[in-house]
Amino acid sequence: MKQKGFTFEKLKFASFDFTCCEGCQLQLANRESTLPDFLGLLDIRNFREISSERHDDYDIAFVEGSISRSDEVTRLQAIRKQAKILVAFGTCACFGGVNSLKNRFAEGQPAAEVYPGMQVESLPVRKISDVVTVDFSIPGCPVAKEEVERIVVSLVTGSLIALPKYPVCMECKARLNTCLFDLGEICLGPITRAGCDAVCTTGKTACLGCRGPAEDINMPAFLELVKERGLKEEDLREKLAFHNAFEAVAANET
Amino acid sequence: MIYKVISKHEFRKFIDALVRSNTSFGPRRVDTDSNAEPVYQFQPVTSVEDVAFDYSVTKSSAKHFFLPFREELSRFDIRDGEWEQKINYNSDPVVVIGLRACDISALNILDDVLLNGHFPSPYYLARRKNTFVIGFDHLPMADCFCKSMNHHTVPTGFNLFCSDIGEDYYLAINSSKAFNFLKEFETREPEYEDNCRLVERRKEVSNGFKTHIDVTGLPAILDIEFDSPVWEKWGAKCLNCGTCAMVCPTCYCYSVDDSFDTDMKGASRQKRLYSCNLVDFAVVAGGHNFRPKNGDRLKYRYYHQHRGFAENANQQICVGCNRCGRACLAGINPKDVINDLRMEKESCMKCVSSSPDKR
Repeated sequence: MKQKGFTFEKLKFASFDFTCCEGCQLQLANRESTLPDFLGLLDIRNFREISSERHDDYDIAFVEGSISRSDEVTRLQAIRKQAKILVAFGTCACFGGVNSLKNRFAEGQPAAEVYPGMQVESLPVRKISDVVTVDFSIPGCPVAKEEVERIVVSLVTGSLIALPKYPVCMECKARLNTCLFDLGEICLGPITRAGCDAVCTTGKTACLGCRGPAEDINMPAFLELVKERGLKEEDLREKLAFHNAFEAVAANET
Repeated sequence: MIYKVISKHEFRKFIDALVRSNTSFGPRRVDTDSNAEPVYQFQPVTSVEDVAFDYSVTKSSAKHFFLPFREELSRFDIRDGEWEQKINYNSDPVVVIGLRACDISALNILDDVLLNGHFPSPYYLARRKNTFVIGFDHLPMADCFCKSMNHHTVPTGFNLFCSDIGEDYYLAINSSKAFNFLKEFETREPEYEDNCRLVERRKEVSNGFKTHIDVTGLPAILDIEFDSPVWEKWGAKCLNCGTCAMVCPTCYCYSVDDSFDTDMKGASRQKRLYSCNLVDFAVVAGGHNFRPKNGDRLKYRYYHQHRGFAENANQQICVGCNRCGRACLAGINPKDVINDLRMEKESCMKCVSSSPDKR
């Protein structure tokens, strides 16, 4: 069976980092088996981890990290102005991430503790969408390269991009894992968006919800589950707060 | 059907030879849960030592050997602006050991849907024909209700079925393949004693059921109770996680997506098992969701399982293994939901309380 084909153009691509570990960007250079093909889809204009060239004529910007300094705000606004599509890349960009733990303390206290006697400018941590409009989010700590590849291919071909709407349990069950609740742990799998192929729970580590809430989650039922199994509510709160990814849900439901 | 008796010692030798020369899966202990109970799954086995003959029940069914969680339906090669579709129905031979009667019944139900319907699935056919199925009988778990569904025994759908009659297994041989494999091993014709022991064992299994669900007239009750508040009550508990459908031996609903390879020289059409409890199961092009409420989605799962859809000839497809009930973190299980529905109906009939829609 033969049909008409198609054409495509490389994406004029840039990748930037803010308050983060740059681990998500490193994922872009990971998965060696498809790396040459993946890079073949991109006309890299600005991406310090893999190229020393700097150009400002990009169309698509992947932004990693959260915002925790005033100069970051200015830089991010400039990127937003240039990019036709701005993608929040990774959990820090999407939700604030681990960096947000700082927000639990009084302003200035963490810096004074870590860098005593030094002048450190540090604002409360914000996710990217608190500062600029975000066109699409790719969550994950780190992002799943396979998913990123699929999304980039979709951008190139102009086809529909979507993240799974269902929770991690679907992928966890497909890997025949023993449910971590049956092993006496609190796992955020039932309320967290899938797409990671249940990588943590397959390694018998409870899900910490780095991909944020799945669509239309049933938080009251989840809280009931934790209570019914005799698990500690403070452990649940600790897990929910870990990546700051359930901020909105927690505010509504608990 | 040919019947033979084999000593347990000789049977182990047979299984060992079988799994050493074939890609094989059988029940294995994978974990111990927080109540100190063993957790079993069908996993690869390479010697008889790997097989947990005394296993109770696997958390997940054996469905995925026939309907993989994810399966490539076709590949597309793209060259010079043209594309060519390639479909591969081949499936490597596999041995699956230790299926329960209800698990084999589930395969017979899937056969009805996927082989005997208007659109037989060549993918399923290849796997079904290339899988050597060995069944084991077992004493029911406290929450098994396959007797209520009439699936605690199974007459067909396997290559070999083994009933535990003490020192020996009573074998029901249902394929020439199984007969030929067994020729190399010492078996004997069943004697009067063996037949008695088989009947005793059958009785023991049959009398071992502690959970019963009254499913008589259930399809009609489900039709009448379309607007029952029971759906909302149980739906409110549902986490929409899809676990029930994943572990179920008969849930066969799926989604299909096409994706380009990263090198843009090929594409793949993949099928993945899905669940009617997932939030976007009934989302159509344009974004409308026909079942936005938990209760609606849960209801349709029960409709498919216990009332039947046209494609499975309006037959119930639940076999009563209760894997969904055991795996559900929210405590939703067929026994309680169905009993609730019946009670709802009965109280309504006596006009003790009326259903809200008739108020």
